[in-house]
Amino acid sequence: MTATTGDPPPPEARVAKRRGVELSLLVGAVLISVLGYAAVGLALDAAAPPDALTHGAGLGLLALVAHLAVRFRAPYADPLLLPIAVLLNGIGLVLLHRLDLATPGERDAPAQLVWSTLGVALFIAVVVVLRDHRVLQRYAYLSMAAALVLMVLPIFFPAVNGARIWIRIGELSFQPGEFAKILLAVFFAAYLAANHNALACTGRRIWWFQLPSGRVLGPVVAIWLLSVVVLILERDLGTSLLFFGLFVILLYVATGRTGWIAVGLLLAGVGAVAVGWLEPHVHGRVEDWLDPFASIDAGRGPGQLAQSLFAFAAGGMFGTGLGLGRSVLIGFAAKSDFILATAGEELGLLGLTAILVLYALLVARGYRAGLGLRDPFGRLLAVGLASIVALQVFVIAGGVTGLIPLTGMAMPFLAQGGSSVVTNWVIVALLIRLSHSARRPLPEPVEAGVIAPAVVVAGPVPGTGPSTGTTATGGER
Amino acid sequence: MTGQIRLAAACCLLLFAALLVNAARVQVIQADSLDRNPANRRAAIDRFEQPRGRILVDGRPVTGSRDTRQQLRYERTYAQGPLYAPVTGYASQTYGTTLLENAEDGILAGTDPMLAPLPFWNDITRGRRPGGSVVTTISSAAQRAAYTGLDGRRGAVAAIEPATGRILALVSSPSYDPGRLSGTGSAVADTWRRYNDDAAQPMLNRAIRQTYPPGSAFKIVTAAAALDTGAVEDVDKPTGVPDPYVLPGTRTRLPNDTRGCDQESLAYAIKWSCNSVMAGLGVRVGLDGMVDAVGRFGFNDRRLRIPSGVAVSNFDREMSDDQLALSSIGQYDTTATPLQMAMVASAVANGGNLTYPRLVERTLDADGDTVSRTGQRSYGRAMKPSTAYRLRQLMVDAVETGTGTSAGIEGATVGGKTGTAQHGVGNSGTPYAWFISWARADGAARPAVAVAVVVEDAEAVRGDISGGGDAAPIARAVMEAALAEAR
Repeated sequence: MTATTGDPPPPEARVAKRRGVELSLLVGAVLISVLGYAAVGLALDAAAPPDALTHGAGLGLLALVAHLAVRFRAPYADPLLLPIAVLLNGIGLVLLHRLDLATPGERDAPAQLVWSTLGVALFIAVVVVLRDHRVLQRYAYLSMAAALVLMVLPIFFPAVNGARIWIRIGELSFQPGEFAKILLAVFFAAYLAANHNALACTGRRIWWFQLPSGRVLGPVVAIWLLSVVVLILERDLGTSLLFFGLFVILLYVATGRTGWIAVGLLLAGVGAVAVGWLEPHVHGRVEDWLDPFASIDAGRGPGQLAQSLFAFAAGGMFGTGLGLGRSVLIGFAAKSDFILATAGEELGLLGLTAILVLYALLVARGYRAGLGLRDPFGRLLAVGLASIVALQVFVIAGGVTGLIPLTGMAMPFLAQGGSSVVTNWVIVALLIRLSHSARRPLPEPVEAGVIAPAVVVAGPVPGTGPSTGTTATGGER
Repeated sequence: MTGQIRLAAACCLLLFAALLVNAARVQVIQADSLDRNPANRRAAIDRFEQPRGRILVDGRPVTGSRDTRQQLRYERTYAQGPLYAPVTGYASQTYGTTLLENAEDGILAGTDPMLAPLPFWNDITRGRRPGGSVVTTISSAAQRAAYTGLDGRRGAVAAIEPATGRILALVSSPSYDPGRLSGTGSAVADTWRRYNDDAAQPMLNRAIRQTYPPGSAFKIVTAAAALDTGAVEDVDKPTGVPDPYVLPGTRTRLPNDTRGCDQESLAYAIKWSCNSVMAGLGVRVGLDGMVDAVGRFGFNDRRLRIPSGVAVSNFDREMSDDQLALSSIGQYDTTATPLQMAMVASAVANGGNLTYPRLVERTLDADGDTVSRTGQRSYGRAMKPSTAYRLRQLMVDAVETGTGTSAGIEGATVGGKTGTAQHGVGNSGTPYAWFISWARADGAARPAVAVAVVVEDAEAVRGDISGGGDAAPIARAVMEAALAEAR
């Protein structure tokens, strides 16, 4: 994590826009993807695929259009965000193409390319239309309601592989839960930004422990609990874990109370153990995590997790090389939840490390934008979005490598799944907008947060300004 | 807020660090044990990803490959499966490999480091080379002669070139088609079950993996021990062993199948197969002398490889004299593989020098360049040259005017010894017919072939079974084929 000061740059200083850096990084990202595509063809057909150039041109065109949007509408944005997204998406397409070749009759890479195009289109739309992230504060409650609706919808549709997270309309299937992540992050950030003083400084004191007043905390906890319950009903454990982590992080960043983290983790532990014991679907996952080879000993052959571990092991340090792995053995989830196993097997620990470092950089840049911003909503939103990426990567990568029990979730940008790709492009678009605001030399006048504080603080609280922006040093306590 | 954001960022960093450490744990530390997990199909898939190398007989491949486009892609095919099954074994996706397919698997599958152009090449490239070929010592003519000679009856033939140790024929009958075990699926499993349930045990390699009581054929070994130790100095002098011979320390009389064995000489005993004389000589040599002598022929050797493992031919190391007497005529606990008995004949034919038997001439890489040669090596001196000379005379006599007349060949010197081995509880089982022999073309410096034939025919009437009747014609056919090649 790069250390930056929270101080905004002095207004008269010329800040480098770094768009040229972004462009050259994009060229590199597209080149790596095209080379990967060619490597798959060389390995499997002993000839470079004839469409490698068109493939590269397509990806390059997407990257270029996105770059132009950033260049003209968010010129001060962080130059790393877009290239990382393009590179991860490119690697994802290569891996899917490689798995397509191993699974005759399935063509998922082209569909993923269409979704990626849609994602980039949405990215451009967000960057162009959303002039200032603070506008989003006005829609906090609306986005909360929309998120809940989106999460409840799949209950009315049939379950797929044990989880009710899909909406099917004809041929198209869509995971609304994916998009709900962003909406909830917006709501949490807006609500906590509007009320963070009240949360931090009001309420009773019990021993050394200061409870925030229930009236402030109540609504947000209710929303959060509701979403977690819904997700557990839908058996979408990964996302409920993600929301839980997101909520705890934002609460901590907004209030600065470590006690809450402890309480949150304790609650999470109790909840996880309870669900893990009581829910058969989850219980099976936990059992599998404790002993991935139990099914082998029982004579039923290796399960998905065992196959995934086999794939990672086969990759070793340097990998088998693109196209030469056997991760197809994992089965039907090889392209979605277990896409990382293909990366691990064919690119080795080296390649896997590179991919994880790309994610870490993306997260770090998101946090950095949060540090550079001056309004609490923007800060919380940047932290929230970056945390979503970090938690998603941790939950699914930890799951497929046997670090934590496996919960289904899409690896951002890599895994097959239209909803996930589109959602992540929107996250990157928001981070672009946020980082542009953070690095912009001339601070624009701050608009008032539209969310009204739920509690009017009686009397001025020392050390805090009004909720319309704190001092840039930001350290309230 | 800044401090909290930094701390939260640090927590996320910790999550990534945990992921990386765990990935290293799986991909590096645990990688070997995961790779070796029997449920991990990668090794099997890699193994069958390329066509398997060929096994050659007389320069022609007797194996092939079939591309199935399945997960375990290339399946092994066999040109004349049942004929060469005791040599090649099978190489099955489902049941693994045996015999040559197993012993030379590194060459055939392309994993042998010798195939790589540079040391550690395979480790670096993580690949495998195209499979190499294995050149066998088998003579197709001798092999075929043995196989058609047995004609589906239960039995086995092993033939060796005495001077070099090259195995010319290795036949087991009835046989099976190893090609039908290649691949996966219910057809393969059914075939496997049928072969294993078959009372005739077609998958048993009787030539090297089954031991039989050698019966009278073992008398050659006893004779060699008696001559070497000096228990007999002149083959034509009466040995003084009475007929009927009472087993030492018991009241049991040892019956003879032939008349006139009383007090007879070693020469007569070998020619007419006298039990009494040979049992008496075995006791005269003594346990230590006998154990020592049989060991030099290859009995009790657990490490015999051709390169496949050979079942141990047994001669007990601790016995009372009556048991020793029975053991000396190839009964009691004495058992031998057909290959072992071929080695006995080979040692006699080769002047007492036993050459180590071998099935692989050399191995080639995919381009046909030699990877390794199987060197000719001596197993050791089985007996004195003078002893071998005398035994050759006795064996020639047995063929010319004794029990083995049906093995005689025009234009060649042939020596042989019949054997009829009792077995089963109270000798109730059908006796096995044995014939061991060797042949040298007239004018040739060295014998061309030594052969051992065993026929265990459950169908025949008891009286018809004799080494001379059943086994000797098969031995003659094999020797004729080998002699024709040697010319």
